[in-house]
Amino acid sequence: MSVVAEAQSSGAADTQLTRAVHAEWTKLRTVPGTGWLLLTAAALTAVVSALAAGSVSCPAGGCRVDPAKISLTGVDLGQAIVAIVAVTAVSGEYSTGMIRLTLTATPRRWLVLAAKAATVGAATLATGAVAVLASVLAGGLLLARHGIDPAHGYQALSLGHGPVLRAAVGTVLYLTLIALLSLGLAAAVRDSAVAIGVVLALLYLFPIITSVVSDPAWHRHLDQISPMTAGLYIQATTNLRALPLTPWQGLGVLALWAAGAMLAGGLLLRFRDA
Amino acid sequence: MTAVAPYRSELAAGNDGFAQLLRAEWTKFRTVRGWVIGLLVAVFLIVGLGALGGLGSQCSVAPKTPSSPNPPPQACPAPPTGPDGEWVNDSFYFVRQPLTGNGSITVRVTSLTGLYSTHGGIQPGQNQLSGMTPGVQSWSKAGIIIKAGTAPGSAYAAMMVTGSHGVRMQWNFTHDVAGLPGKASAASPRWLRLTRSGDVITGYDSADGAHWTRVGTVTLTGLPSTVQAGPFAASPAYSVTSTSLGGSSSTGGPTLAIGAFDHVSRQGSWPAGRWTSGALGADIPGSPVLPASVQGFRQADGALTVSGSGDIAPAGGDAGSTIENTLAGTFAGLIALVAIGAMFITAEYRRGLIRTTFAASPRRGRVLAAKAVVLAAVTFVTGLIAVAITIPLGEHLLRENGNPIFPVTTLTWLRITAGTAALLAISAVLALAIGTLLRRSAGAVTAVIAAIVLPYLLAVIPGILPPDAEEWLLRVTPAAAFAIQQSVPRYAQVAADYTPGSGYFPLASWAGFAVLCAWAALAFVLALVALRRRDA
Repeated sequence: MSVVAEAQSSGAADTQLTRAVHAEWTKLRTVPGTGWLLLTAAALTAVVSALAAGSVSCPAGGCRVDPAKISLTGVDLGQAIVAIVAVTAVSGEYSTGMIRLTLTATPRRWLVLAAKAATVGAATLATGAVAVLASVLAGGLLLARHGIDPAHGYQALSLGHGPVLRAAVGTVLYLTLIALLSLGLAAAVRDSAVAIGVVLALLYLFPIITSVVSDPAWHRHLDQISPMTAGLYIQATTNLRALPLTPWQGLGVLALWAAGAMLAGGLLLRFRDA
Repeated sequence: MTAVAPYRSELAAGNDGFAQLLRAEWTKFRTVRGWVIGLLVAVFLIVGLGALGGLGSQCSVAPKTPSSPNPPPQACPAPPTGPDGEWVNDSFYFVRQPLTGNGSITVRVTSLTGLYSTHGGIQPGQNQLSGMTPGVQSWSKAGIIIKAGTAPGSAYAAMMVTGSHGVRMQWNFTHDVAGLPGKASAASPRWLRLTRSGDVITGYDSADGAHWTRVGTVTLTGLPSTVQAGPFAASPAYSVTSTSLGGSSSTGGPTLAIGAFDHVSRQGSWPAGRWTSGALGADIPGSPVLPASVQGFRQADGALTVSGSGDIAPAGGDAGSTIENTLAGTFAGLIALVAIGAMFITAEYRRGLIRTTFAASPRRGRVLAAKAVVLAAVTFVTGLIAVAITIPLGEHLLRENGNPIFPVTTLTWLRITAGTAALLAISAVLALAIGTLLRRSAGAVTAVIAAIVLPYLLAVIPGILPPDAEEWLLRVTPAAAFAIQQSVPRYAQVAADYTPGSGYFPLASWAGFAVLCAWAALAFVLALVALRRRDA
């Protein structure tokens, strides 16, 4: 009895997951576009953040700016690119028929989805870390030039400061959860145009609908369940009492959305013909 | 060596006109079940979210009176409407006499000063003047007015001195003409005159009382033979919206204008009589007007001092809802139609159908044009149906929930309805063009949504970006096209919060729409070039 066969029979689940992850990683990194898209996501996030921070005009330093939040504005756009990567990781296989090969190689379908989540999540985590780091550095420099600095009573934008660190780490997690949400929805919907439409509608429509609802109770509830609005509470470092949820609760709302999408995607993948 | 004749089919050449192409593309569109379902989803989203906005907007007031300390809530009252049908502010202190027939009234204004409150909060019955800061607002007004009556919103024409915009002639709330520049003072007073002749009122100003300049002539149709005329003072609420990020905050409060008049005279058939006086439009709960008790007028040695609060001007939509509030679902419908627009071409690439299409019709530009025409027509009609259902339904729900709705003319209603449908159609064509360029659905859909929906979101939700950046976004990105939905006009003679967050776009309706069209045209030309140069 060979060593290989023994390994296959004993740590089966472990090995299968490792192999599935390896396969997914190979697909993700060799598909033309993934690298460029992730680079674009990081670059757009940093550039838009820097533009937003650079456009703050506060001559007397008298305006109530949330330095962390404004320095991370680019995530509003960057998340859309992250969503493309996640959606195409699933939909791309359906459009080329590759999914049948994948499921033949790894018949346990939840394993495929878990492996995709692991690889896309890890890639997003790394991209998000770079994007957030660049955004915070740029924001710190630009805001200080506009008088948003400790000399004018603002907290310095440094990762050594607890709330700023929470905002930065939370934003990286936010991007990762957006990737998982997109992945789950894409597995459920299969077509890339529909999947990306649903993801962006979920993210961008809640705040717009909320803005025309004048009833404060409705307003608050819509904010509380909106994946983007609630999720981005993690970036708030000032005036936390005014938020309808704490920052981590807000990120939790997005995590619930992502978990729901992954569950729906996983179930449909499991019980539907590929 | 014999020349080989190229193969020619025996079959008669088929008709390959543009009409055939349109028919082919229309057949492709209507036979893909997902796209037809997508159109229905778009209609459903536009209507459904419009209804949600109506259901979620309750407006009620509970005016407390001594007799009923806990009254049941009532629907919010609509502001008075002016002669042209728009909402107006019509609150000021009016020192008046009824005057019959033709004549003229002349005054000299020797000063315009004021007080303002920075801490808002109006407590009825409380004398607040002690806590107020001296200072005149830029559109504080003192002058003379001829008004059809004392009913709110009735027709008028007025000559006035303003805080920092010189002498103005204004009439019927929306009209404004500049006269002499500069402030009025004892050393440099301003003489004002209004002359009535039938329905025609002419305003004059003068720096010395001898040399008069005509400022404007207006016809107030249906002016009764007896009008109310005399000096007035009004001062709009003070408001400063701070440029804070993470939640805009505005501070402000009511203000008072104090005008000093002398040399009051009446000419023509208008006799000198006793002045009656009163604060019009004061003591309405929630309005930023000082209580009537602190407004007033004094008369001594032929000189009059009039203190008034409020404004005589168009009111904007803040007092209720606007027609575009019912159209928040446009964004959801737009996302669905953009996805269909991108798929209309990317699906052909994915399935390889594009090769058959180009084999049948080798002139590729015409194929793309046919696709654009079919897509634009289908999405325009879909949008038109959705908007035609949504506006009446949304308005009904808003009214049921006690929201008064800013009145619009039929022309504005048509512009908003057809403009929204056109906006959806052009957005779908933009998605088609970008889909042709990228040949990938996900990228094309994301690009169009990030170009249209995201800038709108960033600009309109207050507290994400600084105000300058908000306005800039709505000038250069395709999101500028949503200006086509703005129903409340902006006026140069009103100091209001004209920001995207309050529903005012930096560009005029059609200019904003043109920005989207320009982007779509650019993308379409690039798509044509790419389509011809590239292998299919």
